[in-house]
Amino acid sequence: MQQLASGIGRAATAVVEEVGYYVALIVESTFWLFFGMARGQPVRLAAIVAQMREAGVAAVPIVFMLSFAIGVMLAIQGIHTLRQYGAETQVVLGIALSVTREFGPLITGVLVAGRSGSALAARIGSMQVNQEIDALRVMGINPVRYLASPAVIALVVMMPLLTLFADLTALFGGAVFCSLELGMSQFAFWDEALSLITVDDVAQGLVKSVVFGLIVAVVGIANGFGVSGGAEGVGRATTRAVVLSISYLVLADMLFTYFLNR
Amino acid sequence: MNAPSPAIEVENLVAGYGNRRILHDVTLRVGSGEIMIIMGGSGSGKSTLLRNLLGLDRPSSGTIRLLGRDTGRLNAAERLELQRNIGVSFQGGALLSSLTVGENVALPLREHARLADETIGVMVRVKLEVVNLGGFEHMMPAQLSGGMVKRAALARALAMDPKLLFFDEPSAGLDPVVSSELDDLILKLRDALGMTVVVVTHELESAFKIADRITVLDHGKVLISGTVDDVRNADSERVQDLLHRRSRPVHLSADDYMRRLAGE
Repeated sequence: MQQLASGIGRAATAVVEEVGYYVALIVESTFWLFFGMARGQPVRLAAIVAQMREAGVAAVPIVFMLSFAIGVMLAIQGIHTLRQYGAETQVVLGIALSVTREFGPLITGVLVAGRSGSALAARIGSMQVNQEIDALRVMGINPVRYLASPAVIALVVMMPLLTLFADLTALFGGAVFCSLELGMSQFAFWDEALSLITVDDVAQGLVKSVVFGLIVAVVGIANGFGVSGGAEGVGRATTRAVVLSISYLVLADMLFTYFLNR
Repeated sequence: MNAPSPAIEVENLVAGYGNRRILHDVTLRVGSGEIMIIMGGSGSGKSTLLRNLLGLDRPSSGTIRLLGRDTGRLNAAERLELQRNIGVSFQGGALLSSLTVGENVALPLREHARLADETIGVMVRVKLEVVNLGGFEHMMPAQLSGGMVKRAALARALAMDPKLLFFDEPSAGLDPVVSSELDDLILKLRDALGMTVVVVTHELESAFKIADRITVLDHGKVLISGTVDDVRNADSERVQDLLHRRSRPVHLSADDYMRRLAGE
């Protein structure tokens, strides 16, 4: 019993410690963004752009494929469900709202966590193992400024943009299926969808996606910096980064959805 | 050759990780323009000493003065200023694998000096020529051999024309010829540029070849710190063990041994 209690206690402190580290990392990354210039260590635009291309632009094809599939899937399920009430044409409402409020940000977040969260953990982790981080520090190059800040900024900017793209693609997927299944014209679908979606629906998704971007970046970076124990450690950190960031993402999603819909 | 003003002064340094003490009361002086070899077997604390000197770890107590500055009392700007005067070549090179050799050497210049790209390009080529790597600037670190990686790392360490150069295990993993070339390079650099050089190594041959003075560490304490001859003629049995590659006898009483086996 005592063992159980101390085990829970230890796990709880570990979680608090880790979340504290995430917060510190966010604060420090932001600090360098705004005050790096004054300290003679600016966050380089080139580094941010490189990260944006890597995490954002390169993810466009896969985001397109998956969100298109999600749009089609939602249309199939929606039509199947609504057919029981003879209300198939109402499917547009279901697709439009669930895509913008939930599926767009979530699928993008999971994808980026898999692509970029793991890449960040692996890259920074192997740098840690090869003493490259130490080398940066002794050269007077702050590793958070040089490695973390650009990635955090890039993901916080790219995640909403990718989400917006995912929203449109998923709607397109829904439109394609509806026009095939229900004989509804593309124009009619878009017309109805756009009249149903409010600014608030899209904004809710985008607000979440900013938080998702922050989570993926920080969890990936923190796990990378925390690597010890050679190549095996890098592998472990990479897996951990992906699993943890997806878990935090879903939890944050639930919390945000709850509070944004009060 | 003891220069008047020391480049490094370490006084009563105590350091370790968590509750484990690695360095006990280490005191050390390195004169300006001197080549100091820090020697010791595995687990002697030489890597910990180096990490403390570099500011990668914080000592539990004691003071470290580099180039006359107390490293424990520097603000961020002063620390940065000091770091610009220090070059470090790590054991595995620690070149950033995502950058070319040239970009690696240019990194400190790009980050710390406001120079035109052309100027940086020229400086990078000069540094690479110094370490005999001219023409390799567009290669990636993964394409280089072990000796070339070390030399590239040295070129990066030299990029800011440091007054103080740290070299961790220059000959680790290199064949004797290449490691001897590296030794010659270290000597040449000191003579040409007047740098103070600290080399951490366990290679005896290379140590005796390049050292002005040698400090031998053992179990986190300084066994001896003196000229090459001082060390060669030292009375200490442990120093002689290290010099003649004798394995050390394990001194453990029967009771202690039983206690250890019982896991107490």
